[in-house]
Amino acid sequence: MTQLTIPHIEQKAKTIREDIIKMLEAAGSGHSAGPLGLADIFAALYFNILHIRPEEPEWPGRDLIFLSNGHTVPVQYAAMAEAGFFPKKELLTLRKFGSRLQGHPERERLPGLENTSGPLGSGLSQAAGYAYSLQYLDNEPHRFVYVVMGDGELNEGNIWEAAMFAGKYKLSQLIGFIDRNNIQIDGTTEDVMPLEDLRGKWESFGWHVVEIDGHNIESIIDATSQARAITNRPTVIIAHTIPGKGVDFMEYDYRWHGIPPNAEQAKEALQKLRTLDGKITHEGVGA
Amino acid sequence: MSYPLRLDIYGSNVTLEPTRAGFGRGLLAAGQANETIVALCADLTESTQMHLFRDAFPKRFIEVGVAEQNLVTVASGLARAGKIPFTSSYSAFSPGRNWEQIKTTAALNNQPVKIIGSHAGVSVGPDGATHQMLEDIALMRAMPNMIVIAPGDSVEAEKATKAIAENGKPTYMRLAREKTAIFSTDDSPFEIGKAYVLREGHEVSLFGTGTMTYQLLVAAQLLAEKGIQAEVVHVPTIKPLDDDTLLASARKTGRVVTAEEAQAAGGFGGAVSELLSSKLPTPVLRVGILDRYGESGTQAELLDYFGLSGEKIAEQVTGWLENTPRYHQEF
Repeated sequence: MTQLTIPHIEQKAKTIREDIIKMLEAAGSGHSAGPLGLADIFAALYFNILHIRPEEPEWPGRDLIFLSNGHTVPVQYAAMAEAGFFPKKELLTLRKFGSRLQGHPERERLPGLENTSGPLGSGLSQAAGYAYSLQYLDNEPHRFVYVVMGDGELNEGNIWEAAMFAGKYKLSQLIGFIDRNNIQIDGTTEDVMPLEDLRGKWESFGWHVVEIDGHNIESIIDATSQARAITNRPTVIIAHTIPGKGVDFMEYDYRWHGIPPNAEQAKEALQKLRTLDGKITHEGVGA
Repeated sequence: MSYPLRLDIYGSNVTLEPTRAGFGRGLLAAGQANETIVALCADLTESTQMHLFRDAFPKRFIEVGVAEQNLVTVASGLARAGKIPFTSSYSAFSPGRNWEQIKTTAALNNQPVKIIGSHAGVSVGPDGATHQMLEDIALMRAMPNMIVIAPGDSVEAEKATKAIAENGKPTYMRLAREKTAIFSTDDSPFEIGKAYVLREGHEVSLFGTGTMTYQLLVAAQLLAEKGIQAEVVHVPTIKPLDDDTLLASARKTGRVVTAEEAQAAGGFGGAVSELLSSKLPTPVLRVGILDRYGESGTQAELLDYFGLSGEKIAEQVTGWLENTPRYHQEF
């Protein structure tokens, strides 16, 4: 893939957000807040960070992206379609009978997906297994395995089993993102099951930790560059995000975790997104 | 072609070895033949006999610690990277604890992840109910794409291990901790999906899976002494069942007994009952654990208590045959 410049990636993120709203409205079910909050990270991944070939999804030299919190998959579908993995019009089949875009991602149905997820907590392990193979079995030091996790799913024990494993084996080609949006279904993460000191937890498991603003494209790209340069341990990027980012009536509101917008709300959301230019920028780039 | 049986099986000097020992040898051989095979263990490497592979191929062995969820999900990632991962633990923990991860990350994607569950059944003995895995057959055969194997003895376990290494499918194999009788020989056939008639008879079919097949051979010998000619069919592959072989035997005898060291509900007995009820309704007696948990004891004590020894099976079958007419209904 051609690496896009930051302003272009920001435009992609905006398109991805618009597509998420359209998809969810058409589907009539699904999750709104998480996918919108991850749009900048997925735009940066698919249009700058990942070495991938959308026309050749199984290209043996590719980087991998595992999605652990599968309910946020609309953001990945939107990014994949924008990148050319499949026609954009297919996005409107999300969650419908016969669609390749299942409600939660199913690898065997859609080329370009690396894993199947939905039940939380197992994506990091799968990414770690792949990263182990690259590092210890395949002698492929230049490929990287990225995994996106939610913060709510860090309640799962499987995550910490994987964190210990990756720390033990110093899986330096493994790079995790935590979507630190502070919400989960029953409320805020700190009310439901406190995660802090989150940085300290990962550091004590042997990980390099970077904390960034998950809506700043330049920070996202820089954090992964830093992660790739670290050769003696895995890296986790704690990306502070705003759930529902870009649609002000969804932002910060955990009630938007698991529901889609209706027609009227979708219309309003798309209007908000069209006037978003200037809000999501990094320093020095005008809208 | 008749199935070659060992000659010493009916005497008091049967040759004994745990099925897990055959797995250890088979994995080593499979690893020598195919360098994409990797092995992962959850802190039970010698117990599950994976140490033979570990010592021969240290770079292809991964110790994940006491973490069964991670065990199978790391394996799924390795399978995505083109490897053939064998995972081992006690069956009470894998697939007992990590069933959902196996389903979502391996079976749903039809990845060739191998789940080796050792120490299955009540015969693990003194450890008690928590460690006596009885529900694994039901759990695993309900999972689409999953192949389910229960080798009859250590010789067959070795062959089965080599076979599942190359079958390209997610596969569960249940093994036993305690020594059990070896009834097959190096020349006995093993093919995934095949059942084998070990002894012919016309009055009742005894279908056995795993190490229960030996107990059925003992039972058949005792029944023969009473003048009852029982047919013994060994069914090492529980899924997919060898429908043709089982139906042919049921058609011949008109009465079927199933035997497993596991919950009969949903287990092997359940599988055979499903087959017969849809293709050839025939009376079925299910020998196995009947909706209860195990408890501490020796292997011999527990097999006797739960009615799983050859002697106890022969008694049950004798009584059942007295009240059960031969019958089958062709569709």
